Amino acid sequence: MTTLRIFFVGGLISFRALFGWLSPWIYIPTMFVAPVFQVLLFAYLGRSAGVGSDAFYLVGNAVQYCAVPCVFAMANTVAGERQTQTLGIVLATPAPRLALFVGRSLPVIVNGWLVSMVCLIVGSLILGVAIPVAAWEPLVLTMAIGAASCTGLGLVAAAIGLRVRETAVLSNIVFGLLLVFSGANVATSAMPDWMAAVSTWLPLSHTITAARDIVAGADFGNVSGLVLREAGVGLLYAAVGLAALRLLETSSRRTASLERM
Amino acid sequence: MTRTLRMLAVTWWLQLKLLTVSAFTGVLEIVYPLFFATTAFLVYRQNGDPAALVYAGLGSAVMGTWSAIATTASSALQFARWQGILELLVAAPTPFALVLVPITTAMATTGLYSLVATLVWGRVLFGIEVPVADPLLFAAGLLMTVLAIAMFGFLLSVAVARYRTAWAIGNMLEYPGWLLCGFLVPLALFPTWVQWVSWALPPTWGMDAMRAASAGESPWFDLAVCVALATVYASVAALLSGVVLRSARRHATLSLT
Repeated sequence: MTTLRIFFVGGLISFRALFGWLSPWIYIPTMFVAPVFQVLLFAYLGRSAGVGSDAFYLVGNAVQYCAVPCVFAMANTVAGERQTQTLGIVLATPAPRLALFVGRSLPVIVNGWLVSMVCLIVGSLILGVAIPVAAWEPLVLTMAIGAASCTGLGLVAAAIGLRVRETAVLSNIVFGLLLVFSGANVATSAMPDWMAAVSTWLPLSHTITAARDIVAGADFGNVSGLVLREAGVGLLYAAVGLAALRLLETSSRRTASLERM
Repeated sequence: MTRTLRMLAVTWWLQLKLLTVSAFTGVLEIVYPLFFATTAFLVYRQNGDPAALVYAGLGSAVMGTWSAIATTASSALQFARWQGILELLVAAPTPFALVLVPITTAMATTGLYSLVATLVWGRVLFGIEVPVADPLLFAAGLLMTVLAIAMFGFLLSVAVARYRTAWAIGNMLEYPGWLLCGFLVPLALFPTWVQWVSWALPPTWGMDAMRAASAGESPWFDLAVCVALATVYASVAALLSGVVLRSARRHATLSLT
């Protein structure tokens, strides 16, 4: 019971307390307006280059933008404890670490999924991209898996945040890498081989391909392989993130670097 | 006059030094636009037209200057508040608007790092050679673009003075600026009403002037409009800063974070 409370209640409280972007003055411009302009930027870039369709860029960028809520929020909700000088108190508790850190990721996943969905809906209305009604249900599930997978990468960023100070710089770099490598704007078939190889090991790349297939008419069964691979990649990153958190927690006790700013 | 010019130069240099020691500014302003430039190069490369790559190469290089101003200028006053120097700047005998101009100019100047980095990146990794038919006019176009973006930043910093989370507005403006100023996408692709918005932004004309100088065409008209618009933005910002300061003094909100 205590573990469940730490998972759900603790996770939600941490998200509300440490993810400082929940104010509507930050949330709306950052989470709802900016991603729509990212979609428009690349859709027009594609039109100018005569490469890809509006639907291609809409789906790619709507999925990829969930990296902002997922990576930034995950890094903030763990590494933010250093700024508030509460990390030592949290880590001194006997709370199970799995419930403590994974619980914090649940609101992050929901938020990331919401941002992607809103971007997809608003972007499709502005660009006039018709998404079939039957596609929405599998899209909802596929994008939720994508957000969860990206939050796995966010856990890795959060662990690094226990050691480095500039988590905002780190999260921006992770976002940029996903922009280039995830296939959001350049199909993996058009990438150099080494980039395509990297892409398959990054979160969101399989979700983007699956979501594009769904919008093009595929049903969930057709893309289930891609969704499973995305879930696998996400679990891998989450495992690495949790292991890194444990490792850095132990080493920070030894080196007294827990709250060093 | 000499004292004013000295103040402008010293403040610009001091602010530039402050910005370059910040990891957020130093690293991000070089690296972040490179991700977008790389994506743009990869997209444009697919159509097989070398001229399109040159178009993207030049545009994405200047794009970083806009990024340099959007977030930092919008939070310039808030940053001064956090540091506790806003009241000192306002109380100084130098007009506050004159203090802000070199600050936002230094912010726009840091975009030159990104410009050089993106040109080198495009040349080395994508083989993009941006031809410059008239280097002198090209440099004039670049200088005017930086100054015009600085004046936009000046107006932005004053306009959002009462907005505690102004950085979010700045972040939000990054993509629209890249889109509307014609850095990566020709304006002809936009609906007419969007083109009017683009033409009201001084960097659009600065970018046009640089493209013209690069292609060996005359950039004088674009330069003239860029200068005129930058002057209008600076004048509006100067007037607005007076209004904002009077209001802040009357309501005692100058130092409230």
